[in-house]
Amino acid sequence: MSVNEYDAIVVGSGISGGWAAKELCEKGLKVLMLERGQNIEHIKDYKNAHKEAWDYPHRDVPTQQMKLDYPVIRRDYPLNESTFGMWANEKDAPYTEDKRFDWFRGYHVGGRSLLWGRQSYRLNPEDFQANGKEGIAVDWPIRYEDVAPWYDYVERFAGISGNRDGLDVLPDGQFQAPIPLNCVEKDVAARLQKAFKGTRHLINSRSANMTEPKPEQGRANCQYRNKCWLGCPFGGYFSTQSATLPAAMKTGNLTLRPFSIVSKVLYDKDKKRATGVEIIDAQTNQVIEYKSKIVFLNASALNTAWLLMNSATDIWEGGLGSSSGELGHNVMDHHFRVGASADVEGYLDKYTFGRRPAGFYIPRFRNWHNDKRDYLRGFGYQGSAGRQGWQKDIAELGIGATLKAGMTEPGHWGIGMSAFGEMLPYHENRVYLNHQVKDKWGLPVLAIDVEIKANELAMRKDMQQDAMEMFEAAGLKNVRGYDSDYAPGMGIHEMGTARMGRDPKTSVLNKHNQVWDALNVFVTDGACMTSASCVNPSLTYMALTARAADYAVAELKRGNL
Amino acid sequence: MDRRELLKFIGAATGAAFVGNALAWTPVPSATPLKAAGFSAEDLAYLNDIADCIIPRTDTPGAKDADVGRIMAIWVADCYLPAEQALFKQGMTQINSEAQSRFGKPFLLLDNAQRHSLLSGLNEAAYQYNRENQIDHWELGRPGGRPDQPRPLPHYFTLFKQLTLLGFFTSEIGATKVLRYVAVPGRYDGEFPYQKGDKAWAT
Repeated sequence: MSVNEYDAIVVGSGISGGWAAKELCEKGLKVLMLERGQNIEHIKDYKNAHKEAWDYPHRDVPTQQMKLDYPVIRRDYPLNESTFGMWANEKDAPYTEDKRFDWFRGYHVGGRSLLWGRQSYRLNPEDFQANGKEGIAVDWPIRYEDVAPWYDYVERFAGISGNRDGLDVLPDGQFQAPIPLNCVEKDVAARLQKAFKGTRHLINSRSANMTEPKPEQGRANCQYRNKCWLGCPFGGYFSTQSATLPAAMKTGNLTLRPFSIVSKVLYDKDKKRATGVEIIDAQTNQVIEYKSKIVFLNASALNTAWLLMNSATDIWEGGLGSSSGELGHNVMDHHFRVGASADVEGYLDKYTFGRRPAGFYIPRFRNWHNDKRDYLRGFGYQGSAGRQGWQKDIAELGIGATLKAGMTEPGHWGIGMSAFGEMLPYHENRVYLNHQVKDKWGLPVLAIDVEIKANELAMRKDMQQDAMEMFEAAGLKNVRGYDSDYAPGMGIHEMGTARMGRDPKTSVLNKHNQVWDALNVFVTDGACMTSASCVNPSLTYMALTARAADYAVAELKRGNL
Repeated sequence: MDRRELLKFIGAATGAAFVGNALAWTPVPSATPLKAAGFSAEDLAYLNDIADCIIPRTDTPGAKDADVGRIMAIWVADCYLPAEQALFKQGMTQINSEAQSRFGKPFLLLDNAQRHSLLSGLNEAAYQYNRENQIDHWELGRPGGRPDQPRPLPHYFTLFKQLTLLGFFTSEIGATKVLRYVAVPGRYDGEFPYQKGDKAWAT
C-alpha cells in the first residue's frame, strides 16, 4: 500500500466518526480519520478544565469583539471564554441563511463530542414505524429490533448512567447506576405519578456521564464538577477523546489527520464505487488524494450533505447520492426552548452537594397509548430542581450588609423544565450549495432553508401548557410558562439530509447506511435519520455506526465492496 | 474512588499516529489595559468604594477586598455596548455630583453612613425607574448586550450594582471566602443537610 492508501477513510472525528474509526480499526482495517480542524489531545489540551470564573480575563463573559467575530454562536449560550476556540470560525467558514438557522459547529478533533449535552436515550419501536404508519416522508428501512443489540453494545462501551424504568416509550438499556434525583425531584415525581395515574413519569435523566469507572479505558466516574464542555480530565463522560479514539489508536491501525478539509468523495463511475477522497490541507491549502476501499461520512448532518453535494457532480448535477432528489432535504432538529418553571415551598433543611451534569427527564406521553392530539408525534422534558444561589430576586434587600447576607445564603427551591419536540421531515426544509459565497479555501458554502411548521407550532402549545399543568398538579407555586425564541439549529441536533429508506428513488441510503449510488460509502451521522423522534439522537448515531461498520467489514470480506 | 486511584486513571492517550500539523488554539482575548480604556487608578479606587458600599466587608471580605473595581472597569471596557459604556461613565460623574449636592463633597470624602444613605437612595430610585420602564432583573444578567439586539437601558445605578454583584461573587475571594466552593465534589447528594446560616455554593 502506498502512503496515501488505506482500507477505510472516516470523514469527521465527532461522536459517530470516533465510533466508525474504533470499530473499523478493531476489525483490523487500516483507517485514516480526517478532521477539518485542529487536534485536541485528551487531558493535555483541556486547557481550561481546572479554571474557575476568576481565572478568565472577563470571568467567562464574552467580549463585544467576540460577539462581532461570532455572529451565529453569540445568539445563544455557547459564546464564552471557557470554550472559545471550540466553535467553528465563522469568518473562515461562513454559511448563508435563507431563513434563520443557528448552526453551532465544532471544528476540531472530537467535534461536538466534547461539547455535547450527553443525554442518551434509545428511540422506541414506534419511532421506527411512525413515518410508515402515518404516511410521513418514507418508512425507516429498519426496526427497533435491528438496532437494539447495537444500542446494548455502544451503551456498554460508552458508559451510560440511567435507571431501568420499564417504560415502553423509552426502552431501557445497559445502564450504570443513575445520577441521583434530588429530594424535590423525587417528591415531584411521586406527585405526578399520582396526579396522572401512572401515565406521566419523571425519571432520572440517562446520561453519558459515568457513575462507575472504566479502568480498562482509563476513565474515572463523573466527579460532579459540571464542567464537561471544557473537556473532562477524568474521562467522566463519553467523548471521542476519552473513549473511541484511544480504543482505535490502541489497535495501531489508526492514522488521524487534523486540518484536513474533505472537499470531494472520489467516484469511479464504471465500478459505481468511491475510490477515496480529496482533501485540502486547511493550513497549507495543499490538495491531496487519499484512496480507500470504503468511506464513512461522519462530518455531521449538514456537512456530510455538503460533501456529497460537492462530489461526483460530473455524473449527477446534485452530487453523489442525489439521484433520489432527497439529498440535502428533510432537515430536522429538535425544537425546544419552551416549558415552565415554578417555585417549590419547603425543603429548607435540604440542599444539594456536588454539581450534577444532568437532571430529570419526562418521556413523551402525547400521542402515546390512548392519548390523541391534533398534531403528530410528541415531546419529552429535561429539567432539574435546585435552590437559588446568590443570583436571586433582591429588590427588598437594598444595598450593604443586608444585601450581602441575603445573597450569600441559598434561596428557596425552584424547578424548571424545557420540552424537546419531534420535528417532522419536510422535503422543502433543505440545505444546498451556495456558489456565490466561498469559504476561506474557495469552497462553496452551505445555504440553509429550514423552518418549523404547523405541526411543530401546534405541539409547542402543549409543550408549554403540559409543563405548567404538571407543575400545578404537583402543587408547586408561581408556575410560569415560557416559549422563547427558538430558531431551527439551536437544538444542535441536525438530522435527515441523507435519509435511510427502502427505495433508491426516495432515499439516499439503504438499510445499512450505504449510499444507494455508491455502496462503499456509508453515512452514519445525523444525516441518515429518516425521522427525528423526540429524544436526543447521539446514542442512535453510535448504534447505527457500529452496526454499519460491522456490515461494511463483512461485505468487504465477502468481496462485495 | 479515592484520589490516588483516580489519578491512576488519568493517563494521556498514547499510540497516536499523526500526520499534518500540530495544535493551534484560538487565544482568548486578553483584557484591554484599563488606562487605554480611560480608567485611571483613581477611577478604580472610586469604583471599589462604590462596590464596597454595595457589598461591604462584614465578618467576611467585601468588594474592595476582592478588587471588584478592576473587573467592573474591564467589563465596561470590553463587554459593554457603547450605550452601556456611556451610561456607566455618566453614572460615575452622576454619583459624585449627587454626593456634592447632598453632602457638599465628592463621594470619596463621604463617611460610610453618608455613602450608604446616598447609594441606598439611588438604589430605590433605580428600582422605581426600572419598574416604570419594565426593565426586570437587569442586575442579575450577564454584562453586555448583543450589538444587533439593543434593549432599553436601566437606571445608571443598576449597572454599578450588576457589575458589583457579578464581580464579587465570581471573584476567588467572593466565591471561596464568602460563598462556599468545592473544586472537585466527587459525588452528588440531593438531600444534603442544610441549616439556616449555611452559605450558598458559589457554583
